[in-house]
Amino acid sequence: KTEASSTCRRVFVTTNLLIRGAMLFSVGVFLALVLNLLQVQRNVTLFPPDVISSIFSSAWWVPPCCGTASAMIGLLYPCIDSCLGEPHKFKREWSSVMRCVAVFVGINHASAKVDFANNVQLSLTLAALSIGLWWTFDRSRSGFSLGVTIALLATLATQLLVYNGVFQYTSPDFLYIRSWLPCIFFAGVITMGNIGRQLALYEYKFIQEKSHQD
Amino acid sequence: MTLRKQLREKISAAFYRHGLLCASYPVPIILFTSASILTCCYPLLRLPLPGTGPVEFTTGVRDYSVPSHEPQGDLGERPDWYRGPPVAYIQQVLVKAAVSPWDSSLVPVDVFRSPLGRVFSLLEEIRNHVHSDSSGIRSLESLCLQVTDLFPGLRRMQSVLPEHGCLLVSPGNYWQNQRELFDSDADLLKTIQKHEPKGLHTSATLRDLLFGVPGKYTGVSHYNRKRVVTYTITVVLSSYDARFLGSLRARLKQLHPSANCSLREDHMVHVHFKEEIGIAELIPLVTTYIILFAYIYFSTRKIDMVKSKWGLALAAVVTVLSSLLMSVGLCTLFGLTPTLNGGEIFPYLVVVIGLENVLVLTKSVVSTPVDLEVKLRIAQGLSNESWSIMKNMATELCIILIGYFTLVPAIQEFCLFAVVGLVSDFFLQMFFFTTVLSIDIRRMELADLNRRLPAEAGLPPPKPGPLRPREVPPPPRPSPHTITLQTPAFRNLRLPKRLRVVYFLARTRLAQRIIMVGTVIWIGILVYTDPAGIRTYLAAQVSEQSPLGDPGGAGLPPHLGVAPVFRGGDPTSTLSIHPAPDPTPLPENQSQGHHGPARAGLLPQAPPAVPQITWGAEDEEGWRRLSFRHWPSLFSYYNITLAKRYISILPVIPVTVHLSPQEAIETRHPQDTRHPPPPIPKVSADLQTDLTLYKVAALGLAAGVLLVLLLFCLYRVLCPRNYGQNGVSHGRRRRGDLPCDDYGYSPPVSEISPLLLRGHSMDIECLASDGMLLASCCLAGQIRVWDAQTGDCLTVIPKPGGCWEQRDGWDGVGGATEPECLCSEAHGSYVGIDGLSEEEEGYPLRRRTAPIRPTLFNDQPDLTPLIDTNFTSQPPSHLLSTPPRAGFDFGGLVERAYMEHEPPSPSAYTSPSSADWESSVWAMELRGNLIAAGRSSGKLELWDAVEGSLRCSNEDGVSGITALAFLNNRIVAARLNGSLDFFTVEINKPLCLLQYRGAPLRGSVPPSPCYSSEDVISCQLTRSVHAAGRVVTGSQDHTVRIYRLEDSCCLFTLQGHSGGITAIYIDQTMVLASGGQDGAICLWDVLTGSRVSHVYGHRGDVTSLVCTTSCVISSGLDDLICIWDRSTGIKLYSIQQEAGCGASLGVISESLLVTGGQGCVSFWDLNFGDLLQTLLVLDNAAIVCDFGSELSLVYVPSVLEKLD
Repeated sequence: KTEASSTCRRVFVTTNLLIRGAMLFSVGVFLALVLNLLQVQRNVTLFPPDVISSIFSSAWWVPPCCGTASAMIGLLYPCIDSCLGEPHKFKREWSSVMRCVAVFVGINHASAKVDFANNVQLSLTLAALSIGLWWTFDRSRSGFSLGVTIALLATLATQLLVYNGVFQYTSPDFLYIRSWLPCIFFAGVITMGNIGRQLALYEYKFIQEKSHQD
Repeated sequence: MTLRKQLREKISAAFYRHGLLCASYPVPIILFTSASILTCCYPLLRLPLPGTGPVEFTTGVRDYSVPSHEPQGDLGERPDWYRGPPVAYIQQVLVKAAVSPWDSSLVPVDVFRSPLGRVFSLLEEIRNHVHSDSSGIRSLESLCLQVTDLFPGLRRMQSVLPEHGCLLVSPGNYWQNQRELFDSDADLLKTIQKHEPKGLHTSATLRDLLFGVPGKYTGVSHYNRKRVVTYTITVVLSSYDARFLGSLRARLKQLHPSANCSLREDHMVHVHFKEEIGIAELIPLVTTYIILFAYIYFSTRKIDMVKSKWGLALAAVVTVLSSLLMSVGLCTLFGLTPTLNGGEIFPYLVVVIGLENVLVLTKSVVSTPVDLEVKLRIAQGLSNESWSIMKNMATELCIILIGYFTLVPAIQEFCLFAVVGLVSDFFLQMFFFTTVLSIDIRRMELADLNRRLPAEAGLPPPKPGPLRPREVPPPPRPSPHTITLQTPAFRNLRLPKRLRVVYFLARTRLAQRIIMVGTVIWIGILVYTDPAGIRTYLAAQVSEQSPLGDPGGAGLPPHLGVAPVFRGGDPTSTLSIHPAPDPTPLPENQSQGHHGPARAGLLPQAPPAVPQITWGAEDEEGWRRLSFRHWPSLFSYYNITLAKRYISILPVIPVTVHLSPQEAIETRHPQDTRHPPPPIPKVSADLQTDLTLYKVAALGLAAGVLLVLLLFCLYRVLCPRNYGQNGVSHGRRRRGDLPCDDYGYSPPVSEISPLLLRGHSMDIECLASDGMLLASCCLAGQIRVWDAQTGDCLTVIPKPGGCWEQRDGWDGVGGATEPECLCSEAHGSYVGIDGLSEEEEGYPLRRRTAPIRPTLFNDQPDLTPLIDTNFTSQPPSHLLSTPPRAGFDFGGLVERAYMEHEPPSPSAYTSPSSADWESSVWAMELRGNLIAAGRSSGKLELWDAVEGSLRCSNEDGVSGITALAFLNNRIVAARLNGSLDFFTVEINKPLCLLQYRGAPLRGSVPPSPCYSSEDVISCQLTRSVHAAGRVVTGSQDHTVRIYRLEDSCCLFTLQGHSGGITAIYIDQTMVLASGGQDGAICLWDVLTGSRVSHVYGHRGDVTSLVCTTSCVISSGLDDLICIWDRSTGIKLYSIQQEAGCGASLGVISESLLVTGGQGCVSFWDLNFGDLLQTLLVLDNAAIVCDFGSELSLVYVPSVLEKLD
């Protein structure tokens, strides 16, 4: 009997993992598309005949990469939480997650549309905003360290890509890339981790319920 | 720290007072808040309405000079965008060309081929025009707007739009401005059509761009009745040179004079274009809005425990929105014009301001004690959360101030708005939302409090409702009581989710509303986005209609009548009707050609043979008929944006071209004549337009009817219920009304009345029932078997020992006097005889011969032994004169007397042996027609219920049997010393009781090893229940044990209680519930022996436990009934009862709970915790209650077999 229930639980955990991964992937792809669109300079103010193509203005591999990365991050966060044995308790509700996503989009918006005097100012502002995002919605040390690590790694990867000529920035100001890129990455990691934790909460609840029933 | 505390206390006190104020004067405060909102929003009126339509400004041509960049003081009504040079000047050359006179030898293609061909020579003329004067030589090349590449996405337009040169567009662009290509083009229309976008086209198509007039006015088609072709040559100039333009105009006019043209040439129009949001920009915006709505949704979803969730959510959203509006208004008031795109920053502002405070306030207020006054609740809730609210606000203000010092203008502006928004939001929360909340809470108190009251644990009821237990005097006879039963369909506490969704959809009629709103929006979008389409089309339709109604204009060619709409005056005054400039007489026989007869019959006035080229007011600003996106799209092709900039449109240069038929024939392409003649329209043009209108109307009507039908079908599908009929009762249930469910359904009312079973002389000790029969045993040891349906007493098994002596004593007093007592007397004497004889002989069967009111006949004689001692003090006549009806009252009296005199009674009666006293029945079970009775002496007896004879007995045990379980042919007996005996009943042999697996093994010695190790004395088995082959015992040693019935092996010993087990419930689902003296309730899984949940719910013992499929119901010594969710172990609600009312529990059907206590039976609706009805059934009876000497059967319709 216990074996059967444990098997059942394993099956559930696996499917739940898959579902979570798929959801995180789609969220990542969606955000990548939208935010990329934000980054694209406003060339036309009107309806050019092929609007749809401008939505997919970036290369085809960008959204899947972002999706995969966000799925990994979103699964990694609750995993690390459970490894450290301290389930994240701070502001565990969907409204907070939505707020977090909105602030993340806002940070991107600011980086794309607001005219700053110089790049240092822009980067500093965005860094402050990202740290503020972490303080407002996360406040866990593990989240912070993971965010910083992943942001640095992603920045490095971008630099390598640019160095190898896969793509380039119009006005690079810091070693082939824009200096605000780490901040955006950090904010993105925090946001995806937030979503991932919230999704993992369902599984946690289910397991609790199950153990109650047993 | 102390400062902080002081501050905290002060803030808390201030909030408390504020809450009191808000809750005390809700209406004035709401009025005040609304007034302030409106005041703050007033400056918003001055802001321009959002919209992307272009704005125009007209100046004169003569004194035109390029406006300077600097704003120049007071310049009248000059708009603020009219600064600096325009992006471009647009000079249009409007060409109207016709072949005249029309020749019958001409084919339809000739209508437009040669006129279009003229464009090349005109272009040549314009391009080569050179104006030379003192300031030098100027050509078009030097003045025109030089364009470079087309926008990269427009490669396919490369062939038709000019690149790397002057931006000069004309229909000639279709043929690369080369006459040869035009001449060799076999099918002009096909060439033109080739570039049209497929499917739904937006307003500015390539055809419009090149022709410069809307497609239907060009006249380039096979069916052109007017035979006039109109097109423009659009020259885009980068700088304005009046002299060059003047010479060009003069030259063109000279070459192609427009005799009847009176167009005004002295106005140029500057058109300013707003920033237009493309789809590409819209997507991030829409995304942010979606996130915003998700945020609002998830936030407001948390509002709970209020009267109107939607109302409060609305209030919260209104609070946030109006605080935003207030912030914008205030900023505008202090001269800070918003430059940011409001739509873009709005979601971020909402997110920054947030709904959290509102939710925190609501939560805090609803979590205050319900019994407080509304004012105090609001005040308390406010002051509880005051500190966190203030702290949050201070933090946010700090963050925003930091943002202000980033010195980035956009962020500064955002921060400024956010600060003002935060402050006004705080103001609104404090005044508006708090007040709304207080109103809501008050409404809830008024409406819901009484209804919900039973669910609120531990609260004294403030207002006794009519449903509360009434202190009715006990009726002498069982009178019918009314109880309402709900139909099972609506009994589920929680509906399944999808059902709730469907109900929600149906209730709010969401689908229909969405469809309706969607349709309206769709229509709106259609009308709005395609102004060149519908609006102009309608205007043209109307204008074409107007001459028909005008008798004076009947003779005019149809297209002349367009003008009145635009001028509004007398049509004839503005219409320049000129005689045909061509002096060629109109040859009548040429006019109609081959399709003459068909038309002539219908229309008296045939189209003129000589196409009239006329110039009307509408030609003056022909570009107005184009889409307002015409110019922006033209410029956007060259990556030039017109957003927030303006262009100047110069007065049009009219060019009239008349071509002779010879010319037309010469320019003909050899294939033109091969074209089949155009299908002859059977109706005239006028009639056709008429019909178009009718068709449109008919189509619209049909669509409307279809829509209505569709909606009706949807309505039928989604809302099968009829709302109108029960709508009144829905939601307006008053106190005291019959309980009905949410859909206004009132369940049928049925009546039940208790049936009294009288016969026992002493308090009833134990009861057993198997549905058909009911066995009861009183303290006196007498066992009676009743028919559970009718209440007839079937059998009486008298006590073997002590009781006959009492009867004997009674015999002497009342035996001879009462004829009715005869049978009883006889009965008594029987008992006497039997008592003298040995027990083994079997007891005589006592059958009732008189079915009518047997209980009453039996009543008095049985009672009398109890008051035997009282007869000396009370006159017997009093007893005898009491009518049978009043028997009950008397019984109560007697009983009290008996209670008073009980202490001396043991001494008064000389009992024959002490064993008789001990051998009272402690446990009884009834199965089939066998009654198993466990006696205090440890003797287990098996009686035949129908015959009343002792079938067999077992006297192996010495310790009293406290609990019995009888299943199939197994009997399990629990004894006082903690041992458990398993017996098997052999039915086919002469009935005998076989101890299962031999006496040594399961005899009086402790049956399982566990017992020997424990304190045997305290190990009293209080209850044993069996289900599905398991016997469960709960004992005083805090353990619950599970045995298997077949081999009596102890499977589990469940430990978890910290007190003796007082209640156990088990059913077929193998879920075991146990309640102990510690007030704890444990749920176990019988199969695995694991504890599922462990909850504390009672102060004191748990007296009774019942499970339904969804919940567990427990009652305790504290008169509290708790209802727990069975799967999660969460307490759903609890019911506080009157003292002593909730001693025992029973569940009839899924949702009807019966509690029995001292003198009352109460029915509860489990779903809502409502008290349905309280029956006061005599003094001493519950449904079938072992309290007192009377039994009462309450017939609850159709569920009688559940009585237990």
